[in-house]
Amino acid sequence: MDFSAISPVSLIVSLIAASTPILLAAIGELVVEKSGVLNLGVEGMMIIGAITGFIAAVSTGNPFLGFLGGAIGGALVSIIFIVLTQYLMANQVASGLGLTMIGLGLAALLGHSYAGIKPPSSPHLDIAGLSDLPVVGPILFNHDFIIYFSIILTASVWYFLNRTKAGLILRAVGENHDAAHALGYKVVRVRIYAILFGGACAGIGGAYLSLIRVPQWTEGMTAGAGWIALAIVVFGSWKPWRVLIGAYLFGGVTILQLNLQAVGVNIGAAYLSMTPYIITIIVLVIMSSDKKRASLNAPAALGKLFHASK
Amino acid sequence: MLRLEARPNPSRTMQALTPVIAVAATMIAGGILFALLGKSPFAAIRMLFWDPVFGEFAFYYRGQILIKAAPLILIALGLSFGFRANIWNIGAEGQFIMGAVVGGATGLALYPYEAFWVFPLMIIMGAIGGMLWGLIPAFLKIKFNANEILVSLMLVYVASNFLAAMVTGPLRSPVGMNFPVSRNFSEYASAANEELIAGTGMHWGVVTAFLAVIVAYIALTRHIAGFQIQVTGQSARAAKFGGINPNLTIALCLGLSGALAGMAGIFEATGPAGKLSTNFPVGYGFTAIIVAFLGRLNPIGVLLAGLLLAITFVGGDVVQTELQVPKASIQVFQGMLLFFLLGSEILVNFRLRLNKKGVA
Repeated sequence: MDFSAISPVSLIVSLIAASTPILLAAIGELVVEKSGVLNLGVEGMMIIGAITGFIAAVSTGNPFLGFLGGAIGGALVSIIFIVLTQYLMANQVASGLGLTMIGLGLAALLGHSYAGIKPPSSPHLDIAGLSDLPVVGPILFNHDFIIYFSIILTASVWYFLNRTKAGLILRAVGENHDAAHALGYKVVRVRIYAILFGGACAGIGGAYLSLIRVPQWTEGMTAGAGWIALAIVVFGSWKPWRVLIGAYLFGGVTILQLNLQAVGVNIGAAYLSMTPYIITIIVLVIMSSDKKRASLNAPAALGKLFHASK
Repeated sequence: MLRLEARPNPSRTMQALTPVIAVAATMIAGGILFALLGKSPFAAIRMLFWDPVFGEFAFYYRGQILIKAAPLILIALGLSFGFRANIWNIGAEGQFIMGAVVGGATGLALYPYEAFWVFPLMIIMGAIGGMLWGLIPAFLKIKFNANEILVSLMLVYVASNFLAAMVTGPLRSPVGMNFPVSRNFSEYASAANEELIAGTGMHWGVVTAFLAVIVAYIALTRHIAGFQIQVTGQSARAAKFGGINPNLTIALCLGLSGALAGMAGIFEATGPAGKLSTNFPVGYGFTAIIVAFLGRLNPIGVLLAGLLLAITFVGGDVVQTELQVPKASIQVFQGMLLFFLLGSEILVNFRLRLNKKGVA
């Protein structure tokens, strides 16, 4: 065993890359949940984004269009959820589960001729001087563009929710849809926009997996990342910056266990592979245990059905 | 314009009719899917639903239907109890795996000791393994208010990694040429879950599944526990005032569905699968969610829905080999079934009305 093979700088760099898909999906889901909708289909939207993004990137040769394809794919598949929950008043938990199931199947169907292909590589930020700095250079100035995008997205979502009128309306809808409806806000319309946004974010997160992180298409490649994103939203108590911290912590655990596997720590690889999921459970338990605080942060109308007739 | 109007009471006719509507709609949409894949939709639908039951090779397929239906029905029965009480155990796949691992390990520990009680003991241990795994999310929900959906799902990944650790470690077959598989249960007479009548597919798991349907039906309609679960689902507050302990309901629902899933797991490992391996879980735990909903959370409905889904599994294999469509298309097909079901649910609680002119 040789721990010196683990360099802290490259550890942080790969930590950020491992966290980004989850961060993107979690930020999208945060907005969805803030509008009072619980969409458990993140995993399904992510894997659809992974394959549509992959197809778009491979067929155009352009990674930017790939991510756009991922966003569109994720948003398109979320329309199923919109129709079910916003128009047909279906149970949100069941509809989200269904979205995940059909997403996994549909992605496998779309992708079955794309296995084993290499996608075009995405450009990295490269600022002469800055990117070459020791330690700071690789950590801050030498990532692919999506990583910067994800941080800007986190900041924008924070600004949108806390500093704009539209964000206030979205939160109002999520706290009390009947009151928001009485004030004349279009509850269903706000929620539809939120779900579409969530789908697009999950799709970009999925595309990050297939285009940069792996980079390849394999069936079921999200391996629970969408579910972890859902847990991260709870962990972040519905606050964008805390979600970012949660995602990075999670990425850290993933990378650490991968590195430990690589240097051959004397625990079975399967046991190490469990750790991210166990940590997620532990974190979830810690964050939920204070009932008062948990209910203070969670949107009050989360998961409840809205029909204007009531 | 069409308008939705809330019904004062849920419509009973629609409650019975929605699964039929959903299956019909899925056939149409599925036909379109197969047409898009460049296959004849009529041939595909016939192979999916008709051939397994009445086709040329139905004598073989019928047994396969029972084999596939048994775990689906067992798991879905447990899930439907929880879903009724708004307790969402979606980690049945993990409980299924843990049942197989714990039950299987019991049998392998006794190898090569032959006795009549080995197999029943394995089943009991399998049920306990699944139950304990199901009680983890229950405990964390009761004690720490942690969301059971996320916890039970995370535990699926933990369970499948645990299975991998077991079959590459302590449970690895000494005669398996170092492959990550356990000993073959069919070569250990006391532990094998053989067909009871050759060629029918009828094994102990199938018998248990049918018995469980009857027990569940009685429990739900005639026993106080079933009533308490129904009340909890309709109004948690009312249940509390009625003296029903919500924590007990949570533990009961998750423990019970875990035990049933665990049993399904060990029946599967000792019977159709024959051994433990990393390929052992094939998603019964997730498909059972569709079965529970399609059966309208009712034991008899679950029985019928389990058989129907099993037919689509068997028929799916036929379509896959005969028409060369990817396996995933069957998954999409089953997913569509759930969507149409959830979508048509609205007819139970709402009525479609045509808006007349001038009426605001």
